[in-house]
Amino acid sequence: MRESIWLKRFLIFVAASFLFVMLIMPLLLVAKEALARGVDFYFKALTDEFALKALYLTIEATILAVVLNTIFGLASAWLLTKFDFCGKTFLGSLIDLPFAISPVVAGLFFIMLFGRMSPLYPILQENNLAIVFAVPGIILATVFVTFPFITRELVPVMESQGRSEEEAAATMGASGWTIFRRVTLPNIKWALGYGIILCSARALGEFGAVSVVSGHIRGKTNTLPLHIEILYNEYNFTAAFAVASILVFLAIIILILRNLVERAGKDVAEEKFSTDDKSSDTPKLNSPPKVAPQV
Amino acid sequence: MTFEVQVKNINKHFGNFKASDNVSFDIERGKLIGLLGPSGSGKTTILRMIAGLETPDSGDIFIGGRRVNDLPPGERGIGFLFQSYALFKHMTVFDNIAFGLTVQKKSKAEIKKRVEELAELIGLKDFTQRYPLQLSGGQRQRVAFARALAPNPELLLLDEPFAAIDAKVRQELRGWLKHTIHKLGITAIFVTHDQDEAVEVADEIIITNRGRIEQAGVPVEIYQSPKTPFVAKFIGESVQVPDYTIFKGFDEYESHAGILRPEFLEIAAAIEEMPQPMPVTTEKGIVLGTYFRGSVIQIDIEVKGQLLRGFRGLEQTPLHEGDEAFVFIHKIYGFDGDKTQVIENAAKRRESVII
Repeated sequence: MRESIWLKRFLIFVAASFLFVMLIMPLLLVAKEALARGVDFYFKALTDEFALKALYLTIEATILAVVLNTIFGLASAWLLTKFDFCGKTFLGSLIDLPFAISPVVAGLFFIMLFGRMSPLYPILQENNLAIVFAVPGIILATVFVTFPFITRELVPVMESQGRSEEEAAATMGASGWTIFRRVTLPNIKWALGYGIILCSARALGEFGAVSVVSGHIRGKTNTLPLHIEILYNEYNFTAAFAVASILVFLAIIILILRNLVERAGKDVAEEKFSTDDKSSDTPKLNSPPKVAPQV
Repeated sequence: MTFEVQVKNINKHFGNFKASDNVSFDIERGKLIGLLGPSGSGKTTILRMIAGLETPDSGDIFIGGRRVNDLPPGERGIGFLFQSYALFKHMTVFDNIAFGLTVQKKSKAEIKKRVEELAELIGLKDFTQRYPLQLSGGQRQRVAFARALAPNPELLLLDEPFAAIDAKVRQELRGWLKHTIHKLGITAIFVTHDQDEAVEVADEIIITNRGRIEQAGVPVEIYQSPKTPFVAKFIGESVQVPDYTIFKGFDEYESHAGILRPEFLEIAAAIEEMPQPMPVTTEKGIVLGTYFRGSVIQIDIEVKGQLLRGFRGLEQTPLHEGDEAFVFIHKIYGFDGDKTQVIENAAKRRESVII
């Protein structure tokens, strides 16, 4: 069946307008609004003390969340795919919990757990540990909300790869760590990279849970998204958009990284997979691949 | 006699499924053993327990006289060849073969020497810088074989080693593998569901069914004197009959189920065609179908309401569907509980007495 050229053009037009209205326009508007009072004001808004503090805190929370969730993600994916044990399905659902729960509710969890109403509160007080309305709470909330990203990215990949490579390594005497480092990790590195990128993107923009536990103390417990909200609520639109442009900029960097990782993963797969007929058993004369072996 | 592998009273459950039911056997050093059985009969589980990839619920496993139950796979002195080969996709052929040696922290020079030696053995000397995905199925299997051999195991375990290879290459590889394993003098156990493969490659065959060992022995013995009804049915192309006493020459026995192999039957277009015409003990039947099988023609024939199967040579008078033909049954495997016995046709017995 062939569509008429007009139908084709019409559908392309619909899709393109949607893309423009929903994605391009907002970006342009952010840029326009951010620069509404000139470049000087823009940079002043960015280098504002509170904006910089918020940026540092956001980056700190993101880095910590990504590092911790990479470790948790690798461990849980490895556990869920390479071992059989009682309660495996339950653990799998538990890891997905942060996806299902509204971030605001997650934030309330932490208030209940570490706030004044908590039985833990006196112990925390004694040891001078502030969690809620302080940086540790923000980091905890970010870790919680981004918890499933890396695991969920890894589990399908590791499941499809099965266990036989790991078992083969085990029969040759490799220790658990060696198996992980030399067999499992090289097989999942692109999925892991992708998971880390998704996790960072989510951590940078996290608003709900962090908003609940932060307490909105300027210069102390404000992350970028919270700072933007405050500026906006103060009718300081230009500054709000200027700061928002940082997040947009970071988002674009992440998208570029994502594409690079995806492409690199594909290239390597193709390079190691010769295009000529594999069914014949006769030697093939194509040149050896250029990529160095990953050890 | 030195036993390389001894398995004693192994039991293994997966949930409610009994994968191994009191399994015991001994394997002599240097023998190539085929573990043969239908899928789900527990043969791969046995292999994986010997390797240490599964833990038996009870029972003991000895390799080279040493009880290995509590040893991890890497300390059992085994090499394992996986059905899907499980080659490390991100490593070259060289690094794949070298893996076990690098784990043992052998010197670079030593590793290089051993890998080259093995690459030579598997005939892939010029392929060591390739990645597994750039190899054909047969080549991958040989790389997996070399990788399993690299750390010098005492015992090689092969899980369906030919399953993923096309028929032509499989034939060559069977011969090559048998020859190479014998040349190396290593003990090896391979799992297969293909009886031709087991008969062709193995020195001895162990037949498994529903988690139990049905029979162990050299191929000829298993073929000629199956000990259990299962083996009689499983080996060869057999037809089961509920009551063989309906056939002429077998009527002196109590009613029993029996197994007939095609080679037990003589099918003739005319009574004169029989090697020794014995009209009294020859049955008449109707040909139900004929199938060209390459070197022979398979005849499905109905005798006294029973479907029987036999072969005829290509040069004999052709039979067609619906033709009447004569059938002489040389012998039958009769069941007596869970034992089988070979029952000769009465006519042959009488004759042998006369002679």
